[in-house]
Amino acid sequence: MDSTIVLFLVQDAIINGAIYALVAVALLLVFAVTRIILVPQGEFVAFAALTLAALHAGRAPPTVWLLVALGVLTFVSVAWRQRRFFDARTLAVAALANLALPIALALLAQAMAPLKLGLASEILLTIALVTPMGPMIYRLAFEPLAEASVLVLLIAAFGVHFSLTGLGLAFFGPEGVSTPALIQGSFMIGALVVTGQSLAVVLATVALLAALGWFFRATLFGKALRACASNRLGARLVGVSTSMAGRIAFGVAALIGAISGVLVGAISTIYYDSGFLIGLKGFVAAIIAGLSSYAGAGVAAIAVGLVESFSSFWASAYKEALVFAAIIPVLVWRSLVVGHIEEDEE
Amino acid sequence: MSEPLLSVRDMCVAYGGVEAVRGVTIDAKRGSIVTVIGANGAGKTTLLNAIMGVLPSAGAVSFDGAGIDRTPLEARVARGLCLVPERRELFSNMSVADNLELGGFRRSAAERAETLEQIYARFPRLKERRAQEAGTLSGGERQMLAMGRALMARPRLLMLDEPSLGLAPRIVRDVFDIIVDLRRDGVTILLVEQNARAALQIADYAYVLELGQVSASGAAVDIAADPRLVESYLGLGGGDY
Ligand SMILES: Nc1ncnc2c1ncn2[C@@H]1O[C@H](COP(=O)(O)OP(=O)(O)OP(=O)(O)O)[C@@H](O)[C@H]1O
Ligand SMILES: [Mg+2]
Repeated sequence: MDSTIVLFLVQDAIINGAIYALVAVALLLVFAVTRIILVPQGEFVAFAALTLAALHAGRAPPTVWLLVALGVLTFVSVAWRQRRFFDARTLAVAALANLALPIALALLAQAMAPLKLGLASEILLTIALVTPMGPMIYRLAFEPLAEASVLVLLIAAFGVHFSLTGLGLAFFGPEGVSTPALIQGSFMIGALVVTGQSLAVVLATVALLAALGWFFRATLFGKALRACASNRLGARLVGVSTSMAGRIAFGVAALIGAISGVLVGAISTIYYDSGFLIGLKGFVAAIIAGLSSYAGAGVAAIAVGLVESFSSFWASAYKEALVFAAIIPVLVWRSLVVGHIEEDEE
Repeated sequence: MSEPLLSVRDMCVAYGGVEAVRGVTIDAKRGSIVTVIGANGAGKTTLLNAIMGVLPSAGAVSFDGAGIDRTPLEARVARGLCLVPERRELFSNMSVADNLELGGFRRSAAERAETLEQIYARFPRLKERRAQEAGTLSGGERQMLAMGRALMARPRLLMLDEPSLGLAPRIVRDVFDIIVDLRRDGVTILLVEQNARAALQIADYAYVLELGQVSASGAAVDIAADPRLVESYLGLGGGDY
């Protein structure tokens, strides 16, 4: 194994690690705000890649029907919960967000797809189609469980994950797709061949993380999400609704997932169920970081990428197993050094 | 207008099967300071939390002439109810400035900026500490921050749960001065205090809560002069503020 191979593996690790970092950040955000471990985060990634592939081929993506179906279900569920405390304004807003918006996006996608307007507009449309699924899933599956324990929320998250994977098969079919690279070609840095796509992944990840940092430090809504994570009762007492915070957190997570999907589609072939493994590796990174530190999760994600790429070189048959086994020493170390993670006091 | 800003009718609050508040009826006139006094465990905190909407309750609550029983907590804040809770519930890993800004979450950016200036003028200590994390503040500073955060919401009814808890006498005095100032600015105050003597000195009207029920009520001066009540609530400690 010479230095070229090492550098190649490191490059691979950084690209994959960047994707895992994005997943991990989304998981941390959603967990902090809602105490939900967002198992279906990977589905946003896979659905985005599948959507972009369809759009790039000039077909209207099946995502539009999935989005409309989710929207109708969400609206019905919101309306049902309102049957006793009828409130016209909430219902009208719910109709706009869950019926009008998906249908408008569906029509837009149907009209735009055959025109083949280019990669940039296809990416934007993909993000626009996948992101609204986040808040819908929150309202549909998790909002009614707002007071439930972390374990119940986790079980619900698995339920959502399995449902979405099933819907993914029904809507997208079993074929794998790959999407075009954002930056074509490759160039040399010393002896190392760097592909344009790896550069695009790293740049996009850094830019997205910086934007998220700005959102949480400088905007009122970002601060409101941090407030929910810090003290839920305090947040409610200043007028931040936990349901709204949950919807925003899920929206941001779906946005991160959509962007990850746009990036990952050009690196590996994505199937309707590819999201799970991607999500799981992001989850490993988040766990290593103790489900609390964003910077720690970024570093851990790169470490997961390194374990993955080196183990696929030496023992490719065991590569997934080795990645997940890496969590064990970390957990042992955490339980010895850090002590137990505090239960939330609610 | 003579109708009270807040009116609570026959409120009952239960924890599991245990009723902590039983059929409480109270009013708060606009621009007045109303105090609720009572022994530990009488149900004062429970009452305030239920009025705010933190706890579900039976009975009727109306605010500014409209029933708010079905209004969720967050929307009550937007209407102008605000609670400084017994445990403060600050955002301890966020800065003082962020805590204050979030207090005005339901107000416009212009209103937030304007109110923030007033609060910094009222609590210069908070201005000095604005970049510090709330969790590292002293007890007195935390209490100022909790009040400042509540005031950022521009409340019309401010409910204070033991604002003097754990404060040095001098600071208690400041806090009570501020409460009197707030009334002058037109804020209606519902005050729960251990320090009953001090509370009765600034209050216009008082309710005495015993085992979850109102056992006496009247003008604060009359309550302060009632020999039976003086013995049970005003005898020990407190003193002038
Ligand atoms: N979460 C809870 N679960 C069960 N019982 C509770 C709960 N909170 C309060 N109680 C009970 O309800 C009663 C009233 O409590 P509350 O906190 O309202 O009293 P308080 O008047 O505020 O007392 P203090 O002056 O000590 O603050 C007490 O008997 C208390 O034990
Ligand atoms: Mg109390």
